[in-house]
Amino acid sequence: MAARKTPEKSNISADELLKYYRDMLLIRRFEEKAGQLYGMGLIGGFCHLYIGQEAVVVGIEAAAKDGDKRITSYRDHGHMLVCGMDPKGVMAELTGRAGGYSRGKGGSMHMFSREKHFYGGHGIVGAQVPLGTGLAFSDKYKGNDNVTFAYFGDGAANQGQVYESYNMAELWNLPVVYVIENNQYAMGTSTKRATKSPNLWERGAAYGIKGEMVDGMDVLAVKAAAEKAIAACRAGDGPYILEMMTYRYRGHSMSDPAKYRTREEVEKMRSERDAIERVREMLLTGGLASDEDLKAIDKDIKSIVNEAAEFSKDSPEPALSELWTDIYA
Amino acid sequence: MATQILMPALSPTMEEGTLAKWLVKEGDVVKSGQILAEIETDKATMEFEAVDEGIVGKLLVAAGTEGVKVNTPIAVMVEEGESAEAAPAPKAAAAPVAAAPVAAAAPVAPVVSTTPDWPEGTPMKSMTVREALREAMAEEMRGNPNVFLMGEEVGEYQGAYKISQGLLDEFGARRVIDTPITEIGFAGLAVGAAWGGLNPIVEFMTFNFAMQAIDHIINSAAKTNYMSGGQLPCPIVFRGPNGAAARVGAQHSQCYAAWYAHIPGLKVVMPYSAADAKGLLKAAIRDQNPVVFLENEILYGRTFEVPDVADFTIPIGKARVARAGRDVTIVSFGIGMTYALAAAEALAKDGIEAEVIDLRTIRPMDTAAILASVRKTNRLVTVEEGFPQSSVGNYITSVVMEQAFDDLDAPVINLTGKDVPMPYAANLEKLALVTTDEVIAAVKKVTYR
Repeated sequence: MAARKTPEKSNISADELLKYYRDMLLIRRFEEKAGQLYGMGLIGGFCHLYIGQEAVVVGIEAAAKDGDKRITSYRDHGHMLVCGMDPKGVMAELTGRAGGYSRGKGGSMHMFSREKHFYGGHGIVGAQVPLGTGLAFSDKYKGNDNVTFAYFGDGAANQGQVYESYNMAELWNLPVVYVIENNQYAMGTSTKRATKSPNLWERGAAYGIKGEMVDGMDVLAVKAAAEKAIAACRAGDGPYILEMMTYRYRGHSMSDPAKYRTREEVEKMRSERDAIERVREMLLTGGLASDEDLKAIDKDIKSIVNEAAEFSKDSPEPALSELWTDIYA
Repeated sequence: MATQILMPALSPTMEEGTLAKWLVKEGDVVKSGQILAEIETDKATMEFEAVDEGIVGKLLVAAGTEGVKVNTPIAVMVEEGESAEAAPAPKAAAAPVAAAPVAAAAPVAPVVSTTPDWPEGTPMKSMTVREALREAMAEEMRGNPNVFLMGEEVGEYQGAYKISQGLLDEFGARRVIDTPITEIGFAGLAVGAAWGGLNPIVEFMTFNFAMQAIDHIINSAAKTNYMSGGQLPCPIVFRGPNGAAARVGAQHSQCYAAWYAHIPGLKVVMPYSAADAKGLLKAAIRDQNPVVFLENEILYGRTFEVPDVADFTIPIGKARVARAGRDVTIVSFGIGMTYALAAAEALAKDGIEAEVIDLRTIRPMDTAAILASVRKTNRLVTVEEGFPQSSVGNYITSVVMEQAFDDLDAPVINLTGKDVPMPYAANLEKLALVTTDEVIAAVKKVTYR
């Protein structure tokens, strides 16, 4: 990826840009806090942080409307925060408490909100792709113009069920936007060691699906691409593939020794390509916000995250009777 | 020399068919490969070709004749100047038809129901299991616009086993959806559609192919309600033929009852009779949980009495006492009931009165019905077609051991299929499956006769 360019002039409003800044910052601070709580033993099991990839989900959601659906993998905290789920409920699920979205029975990888049309949170790599295709199928069946965002990584892109989904989605013109979050490493395997096809989005062409590659570190580029993809889907011309070139700064999960890439590579990304810094610079150099404005946002976010952390510690563990509930509807 | 043309077996389980149409008439000269007739089976309409050239001497079965048994002479081929009378049957043709191992079983099983699934005096009609399943789907689709059927060949082909015959005509391609051959893909898609507010019926051409999709059945459909703290139930039915058909080899002959019965969050139904097939499928479609609905190809063509009432359902999770008795309890389900009931009939002649329980639902299991019966008979034999290790019978045994140990007068016997991949050869296949004789022997063992 090329080094960061000076942000281009855009007719985007200050409010809008500030919102993206805020949303991305919320994810980052939330994830940092989750990392801390994991280190303290308050969060167990698997915990996959979204730090570095914030622009992808914030840019996509910026183009969504009420009733649109979303589904993703186990690296799901950011997706939940941006679609409007309560940070307290998300954090309390991470700590396995009764106040969590799944009352402590799902954990980091398995959270849902029917109210916010967030359909998980899936631990089997690639499974969310046919599931998301089915959500889109339900909207088409009902005849509304809602769209589903099915997020998956470069690792999942090598699962067969992704292509089974592509085939049916194009065959039936389903309103689904496939968002490939290409963070360049499937756990510890770089895309170069997993496939010889350089562009994952191009694989859709075999099924007749339109798509494009997008700078996933640029929230405005993501939003612009999402608008185009969503418009196609709403017009009955779905599906659409967006390959987001992004990067995760942290390990695959909390237990990742990260021997597959150098510290320098990560550092270079952080210092030259960071999505939040990019927007921050746009806001400041464009005169859209002052240092004080941004500090106030930082402070606000910090308090939201601290509150979520406190809630997640104070919330009781689920009642033992919860073991036997929700097995059947 | 004159030769007889015999009614052909056009599928592994075909026992009879309709001679729909002759495409030749007496006196016609036919070439090898020429189409002689159209034959309609319960699964499809097939063209039947001449093997050798010759002259059609006589048509023995009129067009439109139904229920023509496999191997019945249907025409006589002659050479020029020959008479059509007294043509000998070709010797070789008889062998392959003996294939279906259960062909000898009575088409209408003797059933004595002691559980009132429907009130006395309810009007009944005869129908096959196939028709019952089709009626169940059609009725539910009429009643709920969110119910749809998807799977391979369910639409234009009218169903690989004709279960969905006519549904495309009635409900259109929006609700009767032909899929590509893509089991994990459409199973996952259907689960997503269920979360999106629809009520999918997913037909697997057979449950053997559902192995490709089992991740979505278990990890996506069965577990998400729990993982979401009750926010995301999955009202979906996965249905299709399960277990051994006939002569289709190891990869197409396996019972998955025990596999799915293992999974919390799933309901597992395996009907035997047409009434249960209809009533339970309707209940399954209405259920808010994922239901694995295991059918059986050999049972599709069997005829049973079904209540002729509007909106007939059978509750999931309730076993049925199919035959009352005092000496031994036989618990079975699905096609296993064929052997259980036939054995009970034979045993009665020896003075042993077997109580036969048709589980109907494997999960949640009606263990109360089993325990009540065992407390009366003090002896138990389970009958299923699946493999022996970790079988459904093993689980039943553990329940009975824990809860009715003192009531047992003999060790429980679990009859199952043999612990081998299903062989192809007719004699070996017969050996691999559970048989009526084995049930009789097991009952005699537990009753010390």
